[in-house]
Amino acid sequence: MFGMGLQSAAYIVATILFILSLGGLKDQESAKRAIWYGITGMALAVIATVFGPGVQNVWLIILAIAAGGFAGYYIAGKVQMTEMPQLVAALHSFVGLAAVFIGLNADIMLGAVTEMRASGMTMDEADLTGFGELLWMKTFVEVNILRVEVFLGIFIGAVTFTGSVIAYGKLAGQVDGKPKQLPGGHMLNLGALILCLVLGLLYFNGAGIWTIFLVALIAGFIGYHLIMGIGGADMPVVVSMLNSYSGWAAAAIGFTLGNDLLIVTGALVGSSGAILSYIMCKAMNRQFVSVILGGFGGASGPQQAVEGNMVPTDVDSVADALKEADSVIIVPGYGMAVAQAQQAVSELTKKLRDAGKTVRFAIHPVAGRLPGHMNVLLAEAKVPYDIVLEMDEINDDFPKTDVVIVIGSNDIVNPAANDDPNSPIAGMPVLHVWEANQVFVSKRGQGTGYSGIENPLFFKENTRMLYGDAKDSVQAVLQKL
Amino acid sequence: MKFGVVKESQETEARVALTPASAEQIRKLGHECVVEAGAGARADISDAAYRDAGVEVLDSAQAVFDAADVIGKVRPPTEAEVDRLREGQTLISFFYPAENEELLKKAADKGATLIAMDMVPRISRAQKMDALSSMANIAGYRAVIESANNFGRFLTGQITAAGKVPPAKILVVGAGVAGLAAIGTATSLGAITYAFDVRPEVAEQVESMGAEFVYLDFEGDTGSGEGGYAAPSSPEFREAQLAKFRELAPDIDIVITTALIPNREAPELWTEDMVKAMKPGSVIVDLAAEKGGNCKLTVKDDRIVTDNGVVIIGYTDFPSRMAKQSSTLYATNIRHMLTDLTPEKDGTVNHNMDDDVIRGATITHKNDVTWPPPKPKQAAQAAPQKREKPKEKTPEEKRAEEKAAFTRQTRSQVMLLAIGAVLMLLVGAYAPESFMSHFIVFALACFVGFQVIWGVAHSLHTPLMAVTNAISGIIILGALLQIGAGNWLVVILSFIGVLIASINIVGGFLVTRRMLSMFVKS
Repeated sequence: MFGMGLQSAAYIVATILFILSLGGLKDQESAKRAIWYGITGMALAVIATVFGPGVQNVWLIILAIAAGGFAGYYIAGKVQMTEMPQLVAALHSFVGLAAVFIGLNADIMLGAVTEMRASGMTMDEADLTGFGELLWMKTFVEVNILRVEVFLGIFIGAVTFTGSVIAYGKLAGQVDGKPKQLPGGHMLNLGALILCLVLGLLYFNGAGIWTIFLVALIAGFIGYHLIMGIGGADMPVVVSMLNSYSGWAAAAIGFTLGNDLLIVTGALVGSSGAILSYIMCKAMNRQFVSVILGGFGGASGPQQAVEGNMVPTDVDSVADALKEADSVIIVPGYGMAVAQAQQAVSELTKKLRDAGKTVRFAIHPVAGRLPGHMNVLLAEAKVPYDIVLEMDEINDDFPKTDVVIVIGSNDIVNPAANDDPNSPIAGMPVLHVWEANQVFVSKRGQGTGYSGIENPLFFKENTRMLYGDAKDSVQAVLQKL
Repeated sequence: MKFGVVKESQETEARVALTPASAEQIRKLGHECVVEAGAGARADISDAAYRDAGVEVLDSAQAVFDAADVIGKVRPPTEAEVDRLREGQTLISFFYPAENEELLKKAADKGATLIAMDMVPRISRAQKMDALSSMANIAGYRAVIESANNFGRFLTGQITAAGKVPPAKILVVGAGVAGLAAIGTATSLGAITYAFDVRPEVAEQVESMGAEFVYLDFEGDTGSGEGGYAAPSSPEFREAQLAKFRELAPDIDIVITTALIPNREAPELWTEDMVKAMKPGSVIVDLAAEKGGNCKLTVKDDRIVTDNGVVIIGYTDFPSRMAKQSSTLYATNIRHMLTDLTPEKDGTVNHNMDDDVIRGATITHKNDVTWPPPKPKQAAQAAPQKREKPKEKTPEEKRAEEKAAFTRQTRSQVMLLAIGAVLMLLVGAYAPESFMSHFIVFALACFVGFQVIWGVAHSLHTPLMAVTNAISGIIILGALLQIGAGNWLVVILSFIGVLIASINIVGGFLVTRRMLSMFVKS
């Protein structure tokens, strides 16, 4: 069995392995190795804990891990890549829920230990778990700090839990993706937050477990209401934010338990999510707060009128243009994922590349519903990752490009973001597709994008619209080649 | 309906308004086609080729005028041809109504309908019948080829065993359709191409074709007119423009001028002194020769050599010099016009005067002169945007800017550090030592996290989220430590905690591995 010292050593190794596994994601090849660091680190941490001092009910633990592991194995094998956003959201909710449970447990155990200590028992008689012993030895100030940590852990955990459940529902299409709020809007959230703080104060003064239980419920409501108010295309930010919260919840629980490994891992995950949220917001040129509070900033003046016609085209002319072209850039968006067109797009890419043409993909940071979502979809469809480029890498190449095909993207290719200072998306970095010789836009209909603004790209002289389902359109083009 | 095409009456005109390919398309609209014998000869289209396409070949122009309801032509009709028109007959050709008002009146009196291909409004929908553009495109291409033919050097730069050849420098004045075509041809032949236009909004198009736009240091109104054409510019602007050209002239090997303003004499842009400043052997192609030329030395329809050895070409028949190509494009323009005139594709012409395009192009109809047309509803191009000349910064300015940015950064970093330190001290003053030791770990972990995550590739953000999902399953440790407690509620809650945390761990890692294995290099 592991002693305290050995357990700490195992934790240090696990910490380092976790850091390496995140750092390894800097490129695709090292990532394939890094994932094993993560798995090893996790195995080490769990084994060192289970066989460490003060853990009982080992059979129960094995049962739970086996059941959970099997479920995880099943889900990971079955999930479609288009469903990744949902899966990530669902996994966040688990962390949140676990944090709530562990926080509640900590309070229950604290109550029990305090009682035992008051009844004059010695520590040996009480037959405590490792965590129980820790609680036994806490001074008055330390108990108060523990309560703050429990409060934080439960609050963040509950917000993460319900928020992720709603995010899951929205991403899976089981909850309407449109922003919806109860009357009162954000004042309701603010009220709930104040109520939580009041209950928290009561709890610090020893009002009992019901206060913290109520906090969990109210925080759950905040999570629900906050995410309900955010629309579909802002989901990359929401999911990143929940990712961050799940980390902070774990860190708060780590403080409660006095476990450094939990603290470190929580902090790593928390900062990862925070950075992802920051990158997403920057890519939309919006403030984090305004995304979370929902809605687009109002236009600051009259928008430029769009002049010209949307010129429709057919698959024949697209195929002809592709035959003539030397360099092609494909710009995928959420529409491609919705239409499940990635396989057809991949075949198109292969065909064009076999014909000796340069084909590349331009990925906007917020394309899709999850950071990096498009990359994963294209990878699944066997598009080589070295022709899938980021916005900054490819934006200067559009003027040298013959044909650009935009599949199911709208706002991320809107020139108004550059040209029209009064546009609601002014200043958002966009892909400069209109600088190419010819742009084809595959789109279901004539509607506007998520932000509801007209896209002048569609009216440009070198733009042709290919209406219809993306998958059908791409397949039709394939046949003509 | 019968569509008839006559041989061009002007001897030098080689184009023809019908090709076998367009005839087949026209027949699909339900029309029949007739053509005068020998009409396509100068565009390398034999009468036999027409017959193969189902076109009836008639002996004389008169026979075509008698047989057809709609006549197609390239050049504006002569008086004799207008005389042959009968009431209700339609003639489609170039017409230039502003210059031919008498003829216009005559045709109207006869009750014939005239559709002028040069009056097709410049809107997106009508691009397919914009014959001015399709001909200008050819003129621009041919101008470069013609100039290369008269230029004694390579256009592209080469380094050969026999020595180094510098690339030719070509200046294109006027970036309309012809100008852009010239730019495209010149750049693809390897010349260093500069382009100028009074409309700064075309700079983007020019640059997209690989040429360098010549910016002027000029504040104030420039010359964007309606319908995508240029308007006359102010005298001050003209001066600035000429000064710029004067500066460029000694360096430029080939000048192609295409500057035209609708219904006006061509502006003089390349003055005599500029021609004098050019090197011997340089070439000027003046595409505005028809309207007097952008260079006053230009002789219409001729090639001259100045005293200092500069060749000036003033041909006005560039499209006709590529008759096969231009006939194909022009016939297609005509065919699109007929398509719009036959919306039902049933062989009957419906001359819809409510249609913007047809209304704009029709200059006489039912005994009335219908020219000039009312203004079209749409502008040809999105509202022009002023493009500032990219300002070059002096090294001093750059250095000062860098220094300011550095100071700003230092200040904000020091501020953040100071605030952080104060907060830490505040926490430390009240919290017990056991908490602080964990807090140090927390702060360091955040720091490491930020450093590490910034390095993650954007394309791996989804795997990053999945792997953070997995490792945030580390919360399982909390449940593991609690599951042995005496309280049954605690046991149940921790059991669920262990269960769902293991879903996270196993599911997260496996799905990440699955995703990563999909990323393959080409």
